[in-house]
Formats: sequence, structure tokens, C-alpha cells
Amino acid sequence: MHTLSVLVENVPGVLARVSGLFSRRGFNIESLAVGPTENPEVSRMTIVVAVEEQPLEQVTKQLNKLVNVIKIVELDPASSVQRDLLLVKVRADATVRSQVLETVEMFRAKVVDVSPEAVTVEATGTHDKLNALMRMLEPYGVRELVKSGMVALGRGARSITANSTR
Amino acid sequence: MTSATSRSESGSAGDAGATDATEASRKSAQPNAPRPKPTPPAGTPVRVTGAQSLVRALEAVGSEVVFGIPGGTILPAYDPLLDSTKVRHVLVRHEQAAGHAATGYAQATGKVGVCMATSGPGATNLVTPLADANMDSVPLVAITGQQTRALIGTDAFQEADICGITMPITKHNFLVTDPADIPRVVAEAFHLASTGRPGPVLVDIPKDVLQETTSFAWPPEMTLPGYRPTLRPHGKQVREAARLISQSRRPVLYVGGGVLKAEASEELRELAELTGIPVATTLMARGAFPDSHDHHVGMPGMHGSVSAVAAMQRADLLLALGARFDDRVTGRLDSFAPEATVVHADIDPAEISKNRKADVPIVGDCKEIIRELIEAVKFEHDRGDKPDLTAWWTQIDSWRDTFPAGYEWPDDGALSPQYVIERIGELVGADAYYAAGVGQHQMWAAQFIKYENPRSWINSGGLGTMGFAVPAAMGAQFGHPDAQVWAIDGDGCFQMTNQELATCALEGAPIKVAVINNGNLGMVRQWQNLFYDERYSNTDLGTHKHRIPDFALLAESLGCAGLRCETKEEVDDVIKQAMAIEDRPVVIDFVVGKDAQVWPMVGPGASNDEVMAARGIRPLFDDDDVADGPAADGIVADRAVTDVRGEQ
Repeated sequence: MHTLSVLVENVPGVLARVSGLFSRRGFNIESLAVGPTENPEVSRMTIVVAVEEQPLEQVTKQLNKLVNVIKIVELDPASSVQRDLLLVKVRADATVRSQVLETVEMFRAKVVDVSPEAVTVEATGTHDKLNALMRMLEPYGVRELVKSGMVALGRGARSITANSTR
Repeated sequence: MTSATSRSESGSAGDAGATDATEASRKSAQPNAPRPKPTPPAGTPVRVTGAQSLVRALEAVGSEVVFGIPGGTILPAYDPLLDSTKVRHVLVRHEQAAGHAATGYAQATGKVGVCMATSGPGATNLVTPLADANMDSVPLVAITGQQTRALIGTDAFQEADICGITMPITKHNFLVTDPADIPRVVAEAFHLASTGRPGPVLVDIPKDVLQETTSFAWPPEMTLPGYRPTLRPHGKQVREAARLISQSRRPVLYVGGGVLKAEASEELRELAELTGIPVATTLMARGAFPDSHDHHVGMPGMHGSVSAVAAMQRADLLLALGARFDDRVTGRLDSFAPEATVVHADIDPAEISKNRKADVPIVGDCKEIIRELIEAVKFEHDRGDKPDLTAWWTQIDSWRDTFPAGYEWPDDGALSPQYVIERIGELVGADAYYAAGVGQHQMWAAQFIKYENPRSWINSGGLGTMGFAVPAAMGAQFGHPDAQVWAIDGDGCFQMTNQELATCALEGAPIKVAVINNGNLGMVRQWQNLFYDERYSNTDLGTHKHRIPDFALLAESLGCAGLRCETKEEVDDVIKQAMAIEDRPVVIDFVVGKDAQVWPMVGPGASNDEVMAARGIRPLFDDDDVADGPAADGIVADRAVTDVRGEQ
């Protein structure tokens, strides 16, 4: 699994160009998150792909050829902070609600909505932590869930967006 | 873009570049004398429509000729085009031809080719030439009309998402949504198309954007923060390549189309002569190095010469310059050039180690790389490190002598297609331009015409686009109005795009078309012969059996001279006759045998070790040796040359 941080020009069509390149060259995107950066002209994509080292090099080079792509950095899990956001609606009537809340507490997640039959839980964390949380919540019955793609930043003071116009 | 600026400032005192022929046809199109436009100083904005802005931008970047067809959404752009004294528009008969003509123009001149079409079907007809130009790295700018902004996405009449459609087959594309952006986008499109690894760029402009009033100023500021091609090679890598050259005993220069794109033929020649290294020129690089030069060992690949294929297979060092290790060159990749250390020089980093792992990657412009390599090699020589390549050349010469390019006359007395093409090359000469379609005739034209000059060979290499020849030759003729331009075409290819002969006849492009008419889709038939048990499914075109169409009559009806040749004795005469006709295009129907095949050949998916000089003759791979292990270095089949050419 590799995490690529891709700085792109904030222009229409750039997402299609990037995602199209992956499918065209036969690579599968595990997750993709995109949003604005501190510079309104630049967006940042965090792309997680499951490929070997050699094809990764090829896909990175191909991405770099896209005119709207400004910069690509691979983020090593050991030296970066990588997070997903999870929203999950769990069946929780009065009989089990306290157990559900206990689990939520343990994972330092929080309840953002509650109704007589269900609670909606918001959690952030690594892929592994969110999977562990889901294993605990599944027995109660998951009504629906949504996950953001992973977002990531390198640790330390350095920034990949500094001098992002290369 | 400084040159563009100066162009925009110059007045409009007529067409310095236009020929008599082009001048004549222009007069017919524009009854009024050129109207000089007052040109404000560079940089001062003037009020114009989007369409005027587009035409001014095209003038400013130096476009001389645009191939296209008007239609609903692009109509606003055609209005100011009528007044332009700098940009000539050539009205073609099908947008595909506009694209290929722009490619032929670009390949023959090195300038950016321009084509124009309306939205919807006009734009989608450009898809094939854009894909073609993308594969062959041709600098092309396509301008398409688009439905008005409010109608985009509503399935409006003649609406097609051409930016979405061409995303994978262009270097980049633009949808212009603000008329103020037109100068910048045009400047960026030409810059992207012509720099770095060249390629096609599409600019899609909605009709209302062309109609709206805006301001035009030149030069615009380009904003391409993500586009910075590497031109200067890394000195350490170049020195490492030179060191490998000084240690190599069996080196080969594997030269691709990038050398032509970089205008690096002179440098290549100097490098080859300095080092004594044999040169193989790929299908895309024919003419990058003179065929007559003793160091030239031929074309590599599926239908390459035995000497080029064998030399690369046995090399200990491959110096790939502007080449991309295409499957048609490498054959089965895992057995390609097994003993070679690979130096891969290319302007596109993504090509390096894409197919074959490069031991020494060099990213940069080929001209710059070869220049620096020459200096680095001289340094090695000064230290006394100049390898002795005598034994290598002895080996290569034995391949060249034993398996020269050759062919056999058909048993049934039919005309030999190879002979026809060979004679065209000999009589027309190396100063002409040759465009080919795709198939057997293309391979024979690559094998049997001797190319001495860069850009004299124009073909569809990567995409393999049948029907390429006629429009590409037309484009080349507009780029070189005084040169002889020959299209070597097949009867299948010719029937895909011959309508453009009408354009050639009316617009003053007196190209010569040699239709190598074997009555069949020849290359497909060859594969059916070799790999499908001689079951000829749907390859007979009936141009022999029924003479439908009659190519000579067809030519006449399209305003060309139509000639026919069916015997060896007529060949020279008919070629000379065609060369003498200068006032209109010429089509020669060369009725040739249907059974001729392209040899040498490396079968599909086979290793280059199994290159066949002719059917069953495998110079590098003796069947008897299989039991004993891999073929020994440089085994030359102990068979007579006559055998080699005989088994077709």
C-alpha cells in the first residue's frame, strides 16, 4: 500500500485526469481524498494505491506528466500522520445504547446524532483503528456507514506545498 | 514566445511563405486584396470578439496553415479567418484528414500542425488523428467549436464532450469558458504541443465564447506551474554512459523518433563517427541517420533488417536515444537484447524503465544529451579508452552480407511490390518526402527506400493508422510546396482517405500517390497465410478481381492524373511520367502480386532471437542447437543467400 500526496492545480477536470490515468494504466485506487489547500489555486489529493514498487514508479511518472499536476510526494506511513474519518449509524435502542456508548468512548470516538433506535458515531483515526472500532460495533447492527478517503501529512516542520509551483 | 511577439507586430504585407499554387487558390477564396489591419503595439489590449482573438492568437504564434472544416459552433472563428493574411485555411473533405494533414505538415517541417473542426461529429472525427499524433509525439493543436456554455451537458445538437473523449489521447486539452482566456490558452497549447515531448493539444471553445466581446493582448502570460520538462541531462549520467561506451565491445545506437524531434541528426552522426558504433534507426527514426552511411545497420523490429535485429540481440551495450522500447522493436521483452547494458536517453522520464529497465537513465533533450555525450566520449578517448570494435563490425558485416534486404519476384509473373517501391526511391531520390499508410507497403517503403534526410519519412508508427498516407502527404506538401511529396499507399488504405485528393487538386498540393494495389488487405492476408492456416477471411478487396474502384478513373474524377502500371517494363516510365506532372496530383495504380510478403519477420510474441530472414530461415537461432542450450553467440545460418530470399 502506498500513499501519494498529489498537489494539483485547482481547475475543472483535474480529478477526471488523475483518476482516468489510474484506470487507463490498469491501477486500482484504494482510496482518494481531495480538497483545497492553504493556497486557493492548489488542491491536494491523497491517493492510496496497492501496487508494487516498479509500477508505482511508472504511475508516479505518468501522473507527473499531467500538465495540471504540480507535485507528487510519497508519504511513508512511519513518518507521516494518516487519518480517515468514519461516520457510522449503529442500531442502538435503550437496551444496548450504554454498551455502544462504552465502545465509542474506548475508541475516543463521539456520538454526533442519536435517535430512539440508533446512534451516529464519528471517529477519526488510522485504517486499523477504524477497522477495530467497526468490528466492535458490527454486532449491534450497522444501518449505514461512510468513510472519507485517507488524508495524510508528513511529520515535522517541512511542507510539500512550500514552493509548490516548483 | 518572443518570436511569436515579433510576428504579431509585423504588418500584413502578404504571404512571404505562400507558393504560387497556394497564392492562386487563395485568390479564388478571397476576391478582395489583403486588408492590412492596424496592429497596436505588443501588449496593448484591443477590443475584439473571441473569434478574432483566436485568429489573432494563431497569427501571433506563427501558424501558416490550418486544415479544417467549418460547421455550426466553429462558424464564428471562420469569419475572421477569411480576412487573415497570415493564416491560410485549407478546406479538407473529412476532419480525420485535417488531423493527419496537420501531422504530415508537422512531421515534415518540425512546426506545430493545426487543425480545426466543429463540435460533435467534427470533433470526434479528429479522435483518430489525435490518438495517432499522441502515439508518435507529433506537435499538433486541434481547435474545436463547442456548444454554447448554457447548453453544455444538455445533449444539445452536435454536442460531444470532446475534452473528456480526448483526455487519454492528448498531451493536454482545454475547454475555454472565458473569451479573455483565448490568447493565453492558445499560447499554452502551442507551447505544450511543441516543447518537451511533443504531442497533440486540443482547445475546445464554445460558440458564445467565440462571439462574446473581449480584449486581446499579446504576448499573454502563461500559467503552467505543473509543466517543466527537463532539457539538460544530468552530467554524471552522461559521463557514466561515456564510460560504458569506452568499455563496450558490442555497442549499438538504438535511435528512435526523439532524435528527429530534437533535430539532433548532425550530433548523432558525429557521435556515431567518433565512436564507430553501429546505428539502428527505428520506423519512427528512418532518415535520422543516412541510410548510405556505412555505420547504418538498418531498422530494428518485427520487420527490421537481420543485421539490426541481430546486432541489438547480441549487443553488450544499447544506447537508446529518443526510443521507447516498443513491443514491435523488442519482440518478446524478456529475451530482448539479453546481454546488453542499457543506457536510455529520453526527454520523457516516464519512458525510462517503462518496458526495459535502464541501467543508466538520462532525462533530457536528445540534442543536448548527444552533444554532452560527444564531449564525455572525447574525454575517455583522450585517456586512451577507445575500444576496438573490429570484431563486432566483422560480425555485423557478415550479417549484412548474408542477409541483405531482398525480395523475390512472384512466380506468377505479377509485378513485385518491393521492386516498385525500390524504383520510386531510386528515381525520385532522397530529397523528396515520403508518406506511407499502414501495412505491407509501409514496411516495404521503410525497407527499400533509402532515406538520407531527417523528416523525409512520414508514417503512422505507434497507432498504425490506415489511411494516413494521402492526408499526411498533403500536409507535408503544404509544408514544403517546392518538394516532391510521394504517398506510398496500399489499396486498402487508399480507400479510407482518397477523398482528400479533391482537396489536393483544388488547393494546389500536387502530391504523387503510388497505390501498391495487391487487391487485398495485404498485411492481414500475410498473417492469415502464416498464422491462420491460409484461411483468407475478408481480406480480398476486389480491386484486382473486379477493378472496383478503378483507381486511375477515380483519380481523374478527383482532379488528378490517373496512371496505371502492371508490368516491370512500365515501372520506370510511369514514375518519370508522374514526376513530370506538376499542375495536379497524380495517382499511379501499381497492380502488384498479392502473395508477396514482408520479410524479415519476428513472429508476434516471439523472441527477436527467432528473427526469420525469410520463412524458416532463422539466422540467430539454429534448430539443431536447441537441445544443446541457447544459441551460441552470433550463429549465422549456413545457408545460401538464395535460399534466404526464396521461401516466400
